[in-house]
Amino acid sequence: MADTSTVSHGTAPEGAVGPVPAKPGSRQLANTARRLASPLAIIALWQIASMTELLSPRILAGPGDIISTAGRLVASGELINGLIVSFLRVLAGFSIALILGIALALVSGLSRLGETIIDPPIQMLKAMPFLGLLPLFILWFGIGEAPKIGLVAFGAVFPIYLTLHGGIRGIDKKLIEAGQTLELGTFGIIRHIIIPGALPSLLVGVRYGLSVAWLSLVVGEQINASSGIGYIITYARDFLQTDVIVVCLLVYAIMGLLTDGLVRAIEAYALRWRPEVIA
Amino acid sequence: MSNLVDIRKLQRSFGGPAVLDGIDLTMAPGEFVALLGRSGSGKSTLLRVLADLDTAPAQELQLPARRSVVFQEPRLLPWKSVIENVALGVRHPDARLLAKQALADVGLSHRLDAWPLTLSGGEAQRTALARALVREPQLLLLDEPFAALDALTRLRMHDLVFELWRKHHPAVLLVTHDVWEAVALADRILVLDQGRFIREIRVDIVHPRRRDDPRTSLVEAELLKELGVEPLHA
Repeated sequence: MADTSTVSHGTAPEGAVGPVPAKPGSRQLANTARRLASPLAIIALWQIASMTELLSPRILAGPGDIISTAGRLVASGELINGLIVSFLRVLAGFSIALILGIALALVSGLSRLGETIIDPPIQMLKAMPFLGLLPLFILWFGIGEAPKIGLVAFGAVFPIYLTLHGGIRGIDKKLIEAGQTLELGTFGIIRHIIIPGALPSLLVGVRYGLSVAWLSLVVGEQINASSGIGYIITYARDFLQTDVIVVCLLVYAIMGLLTDGLVRAIEAYALRWRPEVIA
Repeated sequence: MSNLVDIRKLQRSFGGPAVLDGIDLTMAPGEFVALLGRSGSGKSTLLRVLADLDTAPAQELQLPARRSVVFQEPRLLPWKSVIENVALGVRHPDARLLAKQALADVGLSHRLDAWPLTLSGGEAQRTALARALVREPQLLLLDEPFAALDALTRLRMHDLVFELWRKHHPAVLLVTHDVWEAVALADRILVLDQGRFIREIRVDIVHPRRRDDPRTSLVEAELLKELGVEPLHA
């Protein structure tokens, strides 16, 4: 923005109107560097504050300590084991949410009767703050894996249901008519028109559902976990190890980004017919 | 000769006054009929009944089993390639091969694997035409199929449709509000107004019909008058 605004009509030399087309890469690089400047400055200040003991490690460990702690946790295998356990919880809970969400959305998206039966209770449940259900889940499922997986599934099922239901309802009726004139039959119309047509919406729901799944896990794992990333955090809290806590939070963030990236890759392939993906 | 289409006293209303008010329509096999009318005259409603997209009571409603439709919009499935779209409505083990031939017929052999959203308007409509013809319809229903195209593309589409009709010889019902389109293509032109046919004109001029031919101009002028438009040069 700043670059283009400096080019004024009166003083611009010949050929200098607008951004220089030859170097879009270097412009982007400079832009990235500018945007990185303030986070890097904050980290530097943070490190200085830690080294001068202005910031006590009991409040927050310094960046250097966090990096070395991360190295130690990885080397000991502690972090990897915890990560696997946590990942499996998300996988289990999210799979349940995906199957349940798709099944419910298909029934209520494809039939008016199904919608009348299924949609109202889901809208009611959706209105509840689902993280607040944790005490109930513990009462129902005990303190093992079930409440954690259940909380993940419960949180993720709504975005999947809602987006797919909306996607099915939003399909262009004209395409369905075209399918009728081609005599595809009900099954053929569902297979060739409704499901692929609702897929973009479903994938948005999957991405959103995944972020909710990781969030639910973070909360679920704070309670009575004996393994997983949440357990490492609880343990570290008892020993005032702020560096370990920060490392675990970073791991959560990275896992969230990775799973989101995975869905985005699926999206790029499955929706390659869309012009914005083609272009 | 037995009729391919035989409709008597077709009636359709959507709550209010009748949109189709006792329509009688017969079509011979291979006949090219154009249906002209102002917007709201009921011509699309009639086509939708013939396409089985709408039901309406009639004294007699005899239609051929194999029917295909081309709409004003191409209505291609954007998530299927051009050839997949064309092959979709074919129940045949060689569906893909037949689709390929149909696309060659409309001059799209080079776009088989393209995504519909990357096609131009004319290409998309040609794909829709191939998708309809590959089913070897006895009756081809065209619902203002060129209305959304630019004038040049539209004229080229007229030639293409005429050629394809000559080759496959389905009966064609072309719904349009473009008078020249009707005169250029049809054997018989019906004018629909307020749910009734108010005029029927047989056009016996040999093809290709030229717009500057006084005979076509005469038919055009007559049709325009029926539609309530007085041509300036008449």
